[in-house]
Amino acid sequence: MTTDTTKLQVKDLNFYYGGFHALKNINLSIASKKVTAFIGPSGCGKSTLLRIFNRMYELYPGLRAEGQILMDGKNILDKDVDINLLRAKVGMVFQKPTPFPMSIYDNVTFGVKLYEKLSKSEMDDRVEWALRKAALWEEVKDKLKQSGHSLSGGQQQRLCIARAVASKPEVLLLDEPTSALDPISTAQIEELVNELKENYTIAIVTHNMQQAARVSDFTAYMYLGDLIEFGDTDTIFTAPKQKATEDYITGKFG
Amino acid sequence: MDHNLYRQRRVVNSFNMVMSMLAVGFGLFWLVWILWTLFSYGLGGINLSVFTQSTPPPGSTGGLANAIYGSLLMTFFGTLIGTPIGILAGVYLAEFGERGWLAPATRFINDILLSAPSIVIGLFVYEIYVISVGHFSGWAGALALAIIVVPVVVRTTENMLRLVPNTLREAAAALGAPQWKVVMMVTLRASKAGVLTGILLAVARISGETAPLLFTALNNQFWSSNMNQPMANLPVVIFQFAMSPYEDWHALAWAGALLITVSVLGLNVLARWLGKQNNSQ
Ligand SMILES: Nc1ncnc2c1ncn2[C@@H]1O[C@H](COP(=O)(O)OP(=O)(O)O)[C@@H](O)[C@H]1O
Ligand SMILES: [Mg+2]
Repeated sequence: MTTDTTKLQVKDLNFYYGGFHALKNINLSIASKKVTAFIGPSGCGKSTLLRIFNRMYELYPGLRAEGQILMDGKNILDKDVDINLLRAKVGMVFQKPTPFPMSIYDNVTFGVKLYEKLSKSEMDDRVEWALRKAALWEEVKDKLKQSGHSLSGGQQQRLCIARAVASKPEVLLLDEPTSALDPISTAQIEELVNELKENYTIAIVTHNMQQAARVSDFTAYMYLGDLIEFGDTDTIFTAPKQKATEDYITGKFG
Repeated sequence: MDHNLYRQRRVVNSFNMVMSMLAVGFGLFWLVWILWTLFSYGLGGINLSVFTQSTPPPGSTGGLANAIYGSLLMTFFGTLIGTPIGILAGVYLAEFGERGWLAPATRFINDILLSAPSIVIGLFVYEIYVISVGHFSGWAGALALAIIVVPVVVRTTENMLRLVPNTLREAAAALGAPQWKVVMMVTLRASKAGVLTGILLAVARISGETAPLLFTALNNQFWSSNMNQPMANLPVVIFQFAMSPYEDWHALAWAGALLITVSVLGLNVLARWLGKQNNSQ
């Protein structure tokens, strides 16, 4: 673990929904080009934590984060960080597929167009590249002009992954990306995560323990806003140090 | 015991059912009666000259061409002026008004405007515009209609945007899109059909308005496309002709009323259909 370079370092992070203290003094490091999984019963703050990495919480009034998150050494919670540039670097895929009301092609180019000026052919290449990354190209290459809504749920989710990947972020946040999908789509997306970590740092929230064991290098177990245990996935799943972690992953609790 | 309760519930159910049917019947009865009367009196008056000739002096033949044209023109400009303001304000309320007092205040005022009697709006435009330029005009009419359009469009735009799930906004923001881009390219696009529905409903609403035009555009016996002059329009012509003692004016008034009703009906059907498209998307 010490040999890995750190992409995101969370230091003394606290988060508040108004008066509700949702994350309590979180400290952890997310390794570069590895998959870090966040597990724990629902409501324990996994999404909350993930949504701080791209400062998504700032869309809503009354939410507040304290502490530091260093990305390549720079605190992304600083006031002077350009929030849109940060989000361009830290992509996110949500629990429910969220295709935009436009064509498949335009869905993929949406983020790219915001920060890059590409020629038509470069853009075409980028779209193909992103859709291939998301293992969707073969299924949609003949209907790029069709609405993103015309795809199945699993395809829509892979479209969202393609869309996030297309603008070449450095970090990819996945918040229960398979919880609304069937087993086959789930397997496809897990496989994808495995391939994507070659190039991206990935943080994935899942309440499926097997999924965490399958796809991640590191696992964090959270409970009621506390980080209970964090370490490499093998250790967490075979020899957890905390009794609480063991109870959760063996299904005695949760 | 249980059985009794069930029977009792059935009785209550049938009673309520019958009452609702009666209420529906009561409402429909008047509607059908109105439509029936309109068609039976109006249909006879509809012929080619209604669309080709201008309003006649009593005793001679004529049509409603100038009034139809005036109505179309003022409705068009009223919508053209009112819609952008309405959409922008609606977008503000739904997308940017999260914090602060301005949005709630605007929403409150908009609700008042929405239920303001249209005659008040007519008088208002009369006071601020007609009096200062010194004469009735098509622009004054369009302005009064625009003021009626605004609150309708504000309300529907805000409501339609609120139907767009937040996850979609988040997804766009997560790609690094600034908020105005999220609104323009994602949320407005997602509620396009709904917003369009609101505009159509606003057009339907103003195409039958009489009171605001009475104080602003007044009327014009002749064909005129000069928006700076008094301008004929269907509602005011219907009003004047129906009040007159002349038979042939009555016939034209019925024909005009039928025309307005049919167009408003058409607009409403179109709006409903569009609304369905929006939901099934
Ligand atoms: N918008 C919000 N306002 C207030 N409390 C919230 C909000 N979102 C989440 N919470 C609370 O914060 C805690 C953590 O939620 P969340 O991060 O969504 O949990 P998880 O993703 O692990 O299921 C929960 O107790 C939840 O009720
Ligand atoms: Mg969650």
